[in-house]
Amino acid sequence: MLGWYRSRTVGQKQAVWAWIFLALPLFFFVSIRLFPTGYTTYVSLTDWNLLRPKAFVGLDNYVRLWNDPVFWQVFANTFKYLLIGMPISLGLSFMVAYYLDQVRFLQGTIRALYFIPFLTTAAAMAWVWRWFYQPVPIGIFNLILVDLGFSQQPFLRSTSQALGSILAPAIWAGLGFQIVVFLAGLRAIPDTYYEAARIDGVGRWTILREITLPLLRPTILFLVVVSSIGFLRIFDKVYNMTVDGKGGPLNMTRPLVLNIYQLAFTDYRMGYAAAQTMVLFVVLLAVTVIQLRALRSK
Amino acid sequence: MRTWFVTLAAAGLSLAVSAGAKAQTVEIEYWQYFFKERVAAIDVLIKTFEAANPGIKVKHTHFPYAQYQTKVAAAVPAGEGPDVVQLYYGWLEEYRKAKLLAPLPKDQFDVAQVEKEFFPIVKAMKADGAYWGLPTAVRSMALFYNKKLMAEAGLDPSKPPKTLDELMAQGGKIAKRDAGGNTLVAGYTMGPQGQDHHWWREILVRQFGGQAYSEDGTKVMYDRKGGVEGLQFYADIANKHKLTSYGFMDETQAAFRAGRAGFHIDGSFRIGTFQAVQNLDWAVTELPSHSGVKSNFASYWVNGVSSKASGPKRDAAMKFLKHLTSDAAMQLWLKTTGELPAKPGVALSDVNKSDPVYGPFILGLAYSHTTEFVNEAKQRQIFLDMMDRVSLQKMPVGEAIKIAAQEEQKLLDDHFKK
Repeated sequence: MLGWYRSRTVGQKQAVWAWIFLALPLFFFVSIRLFPTGYTTYVSLTDWNLLRPKAFVGLDNYVRLWNDPVFWQVFANTFKYLLIGMPISLGLSFMVAYYLDQVRFLQGTIRALYFIPFLTTAAAMAWVWRWFYQPVPIGIFNLILVDLGFSQQPFLRSTSQALGSILAPAIWAGLGFQIVVFLAGLRAIPDTYYEAARIDGVGRWTILREITLPLLRPTILFLVVVSSIGFLRIFDKVYNMTVDGKGGPLNMTRPLVLNIYQLAFTDYRMGYAAAQTMVLFVVLLAVTVIQLRALRSK
Repeated sequence: MRTWFVTLAAAGLSLAVSAGAKAQTVEIEYWQYFFKERVAAIDVLIKTFEAANPGIKVKHTHFPYAQYQTKVAAAVPAGEGPDVVQLYYGWLEEYRKAKLLAPLPKDQFDVAQVEKEFFPIVKAMKADGAYWGLPTAVRSMALFYNKKLMAEAGLDPSKPPKTLDELMAQGGKIAKRDAGGNTLVAGYTMGPQGQDHHWWREILVRQFGGQAYSEDGTKVMYDRKGGVEGLQFYADIANKHKLTSYGFMDETQAAFRAGRAGFHIDGSFRIGTFQAVQNLDWAVTELPSHSGVKSNFASYWVNGVSSKASGPKRDAAMKFLKHLTSDAAMQLWLKTTGELPAKPGVALSDVNKSDPVYGPFILGLAYSHTTEFVNEAKQRQIFLDMMDRVSLQKMPVGEAIKIAAQEEQKLLDDHFKK
């Protein structure tokens, strides 16, 4: 073995060492990423409740999924979280970062205040918001509404308001992280561009549109991808803010991830849950590829 | 160097000897979920069992409730984990079908004797002429009431409601609303998180002249007589009688605990929760009757023996099970956990019956029913969705019940098809 190694060329020796160092992460990646993915694909073709052996059922789970109104409901919910949550959170965080970048007084403190919710345990935060939304005499939102002379709102106990009510803390909690990333992006734009623009007498709006936003493209791309994946995978807030963590009322707030969790760990329908996991995987992949394509700088 | 070697060899030898001695004691493993009082009770029972059976050691393992079912479902089929295991009665059928449980041998658990000694509700644990698990304790429901709120409303706290009509009348006096019609104090607690689905299924439906399922448990029958009237009554508590608003204070028990509810129906496992609250002046009475019909819902956890235990381990496991279902174990369980003995002979003693706290639950056991759930969580969700349709979407009760019955029938069909 040693003789074989000695007789190698320098390039080959380097390759051997490269592979030795790569082996560990590779092993890790194969055993905790690739293998489970393959195994999930297999489970999705079976009927399995953990207790009895897996029975191979071919594409039955996918056919069932296609005909399952609850699946389409949670599928739509998942995209509602994404399509409402992502633009609002990016818009808000950009606005805050943009103006925060222009103040110097107490900037660090304000930034920290925005960042604190991001550090808070999601479950604790979700429960606090759950109580905010309660009817009078407990919920603070309804107490304020009633004090101002409005009628109280059902919030989480409503088929139309519940999804928005869960989205609000989700957006609020993610804001701090996005603001910090936006601030870093804004700082990275050289001042000389702004000076040149000001000398040319260009207005603020044009500066924003022609200089700031185009140069922020990589930052925006990063945040769009990261926050999209975040909203597509929303779970903890829904789990903690709805009755029994079921994503109610009437499945109106249940996202795909929670549906998978419920199928797998309360109904023990592993095969069906695995099939929906495959769908989620494909959706995440597609969304990411589309976004990378669309926002890639030319 | 040499002494070193000798010491090592001697150590190895003594290890082998002690392993040989150990082989004569049988160690079995017992699993349950973590609940402080239950864990304490089992620890005591293990001590008395080990003292009486010197050759057997029992290892007690417990998990948080949230993970319990998953752990059991993962470990038992893999041949790992417990020899004696505590299962919710609604799960037993799945485990039995999957051949994960051993039938209780008839020479130790004579079928006729079990049926003579235990409350009839344990019949759900019988299949193929044998019992597959037995409970130490059972739970039933009763009506909790807040004495202070009753007195404030000019009611006599020593005369809680005996019928549904009285419950509505007394609850109506306790309920308080603000100018905007928002509930401040509930006459009766109603909400998705509670035991009301049991109250409707096994009690209200019967009291209004029906039954929720066919005798063999394969057909949904609540979409007929009794079911519709029962649900209408339930929905009317909030809509017509205005005793509360559905979902008031999120959790029904929280409203009662906070002293903001006059009446609250819950299981015997809630006794400890209310006892822990200072300044809550409460008492408990039997569930209200209606048109002369009394009913109650009982549920329980059973102890079963896993099919992986064989030879001396199985014998030891069966012995331990016998110990867990003995009269003495049941009385100890009642004292430690507040859960009711599973044998009328133990439960219905005069001392127990006249106990101000346990009494109403124990009396309820005598006329209780159990639901043969195929998937309790799912079936409960179907009830909650039905109530959401009624309370949020203002769907007529009859229509909501039809949707629920269809969903649940499909669930039952899928289960019994296998």
